Amino acid sequence: MKMKLLSRLVAAGFGLVTAAAAQAQISDGVIKIGILNDQSGLYADIAGPGSTLAAKMAVEDFGAAKKGMKVEVIAGDHQNKPDIGSNIARTWYDVDKVDAIFDVPTSSVALAVSQITREKGKAFLVSGAATSDLTGKACSPNTIHWTYDTWMLANGTGSAIVKTGGDSWFFITADYAFGHALERDTEAVVLKSGGKVLGKVRHPFPGTDFSSFLLQAQASKAKIIGLANAGGDTINSIKQAAEFGIVKGGQNLAGLLVFITDIHGIGLQTAQGLIFTESWYWDLNDASRAFAKRFAAASGGKYPSMVVAGVYSSVLHYLKAVEAAKTDDGTKVIAQMKAMPTDDPLFGKGTIRADGRKIHPAYLVEVKKPSESKGPYDYYKIRATIPAEQAFRPMDQGDCPLVKK
Amino acid sequence: MDIFGIPSQALFGQLLIGLINGSFYALLSLGLAVIFGLLNIINFTHGAQYMMGAFVAYLLLNKLGLGYWPALVVVPLVVGASGVLIERLMLARLYKLDHLYGLLLTFGLALIIQGLFRNEYGSSGLPYNMPEQLRGGQNLGFMFLPNYRVWVIVASVVVCFGTWFIIEKTKLGAYLRAATENPALVQAFGINVPRMITLTYGFGVGLAALAGVMAAPIYQVSPQMGADLIIVVFAVVVIGGMGSILGAILTGFGLGLIEGLTKVFYPEASNTVIFIIMAIVLLIRPAGLFGTQK
Amino acid sequence: MAATDTTPSATLAREATGHQRIAFIVMAAVFALAPLVVYPVFMMKVMCFALFACAFNLLIGYVGLLSFGHAMFFGMASYVAAHASKAWGLTPELAIALGTACSALLGFVAGSLAIRRQGIYFAMITLALAQMVYFFCLQVPFTGGEDGIQAVPRGRLFGLVDLSSVAAMYALVLVIFLGGFALVYRIVHSPFGQILKAIRENESRAISLGYDVDRYKLLAFVLSAALAGLAGATKALVFQLASLTDVHWSMSGEVVLMTLLGGLGTVFGPVVGAAIIISMENYLSQLGAWVTVVQGVIFVICVLAFRRGVIGELGSWLKKPL
Repeated sequence: MKMKLLSRLVAAGFGLVTAAAAQAQISDGVIKIGILNDQSGLYADIAGPGSTLAAKMAVEDFGAAKKGMKVEVIAGDHQNKPDIGSNIARTWYDVDKVDAIFDVPTSSVALAVSQITREKGKAFLVSGAATSDLTGKACSPNTIHWTYDTWMLANGTGSAIVKTGGDSWFFITADYAFGHALERDTEAVVLKSGGKVLGKVRHPFPGTDFSSFLLQAQASKAKIIGLANAGGDTINSIKQAAEFGIVKGGQNLAGLLVFITDIHGIGLQTAQGLIFTESWYWDLNDASRAFAKRFAAASGGKYPSMVVAGVYSSVLHYLKAVEAAKTDDGTKVIAQMKAMPTDDPLFGKGTIRADGRKIHPAYLVEVKKPSESKGPYDYYKIRATIPAEQAFRPMDQGDCPLVKK
Repeated sequence: MDIFGIPSQALFGQLLIGLINGSFYALLSLGLAVIFGLLNIINFTHGAQYMMGAFVAYLLLNKLGLGYWPALVVVPLVVGASGVLIERLMLARLYKLDHLYGLLLTFGLALIIQGLFRNEYGSSGLPYNMPEQLRGGQNLGFMFLPNYRVWVIVASVVVCFGTWFIIEKTKLGAYLRAATENPALVQAFGINVPRMITLTYGFGVGLAALAGVMAAPIYQVSPQMGADLIIVVFAVVVIGGMGSILGAILTGFGLGLIEGLTKVFYPEASNTVIFIIMAIVLLIRPAGLFGTQK
Repeated sequence: MAATDTTPSATLAREATGHQRIAFIVMAAVFALAPLVVYPVFMMKVMCFALFACAFNLLIGYVGLLSFGHAMFFGMASYVAAHASKAWGLTPELAIALGTACSALLGFVAGSLAIRRQGIYFAMITLALAQMVYFFCLQVPFTGGEDGIQAVPRGRLFGLVDLSSVAAMYALVLVIFLGGFALVYRIVHSPFGQILKAIRENESRAISLGYDVDRYKLLAFVLSAALAGLAGATKALVFQLASLTDVHWSMSGEVVLMTLLGGLGTVFGPVVGAAIIISMENYLSQLGAWVTVVQGVIFVICVLAFRRGVIGELGSWLKKPL
């Protein structure tokens, strides 16, 4: 009897000590998550406050409170500028004791934040930014690139379109690093798939009037006009293309970086027929639909983009990894995240590679005609599914120093 | 027939596009030139007022159901009235000081207006549908010309010519020009000079708003739309001669053409070419092409 | 442009510098001790922008020329220093010196073109030139376009002192700031500075006295550009980043705002103005676009009712020039 009591006491004491030790590994006893994105500018609708909402939903669904883990979510606005973004990141890590930063659309900001995160040994889960350099030459043991990247977009859209008959291309490219990268990656894919590039033109970034470039595209008689730009430039290009009767004249537009919120802004009348690639759509399956409904209820009717879904998924996996590794030290948690396979209601089962790239399938979508849409945000037809192993750049082609050849 | 490697048909198409863009430049720089020429104020707020024009048109359509055609009249009046308020309450106090204070004030106002609209509407831009009557276009053989763009050129030329005529050839215009040169004397003749100045400012602002309404169906209605455009328009006015109405109009159309050509041969530079021209003109003819040194 | 009093007593008072020395010591002490309570990176930012504003004030406050393109000097030096440190591996003092020299050169070129005109035309030319520099920086590969130059190494000062330690970097920035500030002060309160003031007050009189006013204006312009470049180059090393924001025309507008708010033509005005604006941006950064609105409001209020700026008002209240 005494032994039993003693052993129980010992066990209890042991348990307390371990629990205390585990708690002590979480800096300040709080897991602080920072959602850094563009809250009021070009990408506010794609991510913005929606990402913060998704993060909070993920914390709830993880059940942090029940597990005795304290999680705090804060938000910041980088206004798409690398200097502001890196300032906020630095201040968050140094002064506000943030443990991990999520989202960060705009590639230039993401690169800067990745650098700072690496210096400070924290964690960075990118959902919004596009550049495939984040898992390429700029890869880091503290960064995981979650939702999509330029290679996936170029490969998905480029090869799938060529396979379905769009084998002659004309590029309208935003004249800055991101536009060039997108054009270069897509051109490589088009040529590899047996297509031809009939011409390209670079427009100043940001542009307002694309009529001159659209005219050149029309004159080239290419079957596909690839829009290697984003945000307002893409929307403007599409609207003005409609004005000049491009689609009616038999050519198709291929958006290389388009989000559902852009389509919502352009309207189906003008955007119908547009083809592009995304890695998540709210109407894919029941779990996504449930998430979208929950999200819409809390955000006044807005539906989540793939970036927001990525934030939800990455926060969930991050918290699981923190729980498993019993620490919020950035480098250790990232390593743990790579060691555990991912599983969440939105992206399903997936893995994270050594170079920090998350793998999941991609979807080639086409925008519905107004007559085919049954309600707001019912905008896409899924034209093709690209399996996970083919959707992203093979690890050995990325020049990532972390990958052993 | 190829000109410098570009088929002549394509070139004509680009020039036509350039002319259309030139109409916007002309319309905008007209308002700016009127305000500077007659009031000696650099209206940095012009871009924001252009943006307000587009937004008010959008709001009229979505809240009051007023379409494009009524908006063409209502919007310049509404935004012009806001301009009148600005002039009466703020600008009028600065006339006795160095003109640069006027520039700083309007710069500050531009920041406020743009910031407020950005907070309210985000940066994504709002859709504004083209009026029914102007949809579709003509197939000219070398290009497909949307009807709306033809309308832009026509309206722009009419407004520009009309304004030039009023200012240069009518009695009202003569009073305005006299008042700039010697306000005290003109006032002594019994003409209410402060009121004329106020209305002139309002008129210039109204022109900006008109350009905004016309831009709404083809460019994005977004809070950013005026911000980078204003710098270009300044360059146009400076090249044309800061006080010259005719200079602003001709330079506006001219710039559109030059930009159109640049977009064909060296598109990346199409944003910069105007500034290079401006620097050159200022060095050779400091008062601008048509201006007179004051 | 500056609101100055030309009565004999005011002129005499302007010459009195005892209280200015006290103010300088107070300022130096504040900046030296601040990192104990305030986030050091924030203070370093304030110092860089304060130096930038002082450089700008040299031109507007003492020569009477409003340049609307000063960002080109600040940003160009920032890029050059960043590139020198990252791609060529230069030690920080060489990188900063190179950045400053480039800005001085750019100032010479720009100044030669702009000095011929006055007032509004001068402002417009500087704006046009700055826009050209902006588009140049946008296109040229070494600037990295939208990405900017990132991960700039701070290096070892003179090959000895490792600047990745916050204390060392802070000390360097403090020295540069105080040095730059003192230099501006010396320029203004020298015979050269007196001639500049004479040119501002009555240019034709100065010409008739035999002074080559264009040369003086150009020299002042180059000095202003060089100091702005010094601020920009230092900033690049502090944040280890050079981006397009530094050459954009809104940066030119910001430095105008800082100087206007602090007090045009005052000695300490630019420093105070910079401190206020940077603090406000920091404090309101959560609110994103509201920063622009607040800046606009400050502009409007300053122009309408507060033309002397914070230090200008303080100075006139104390009846001593600051």
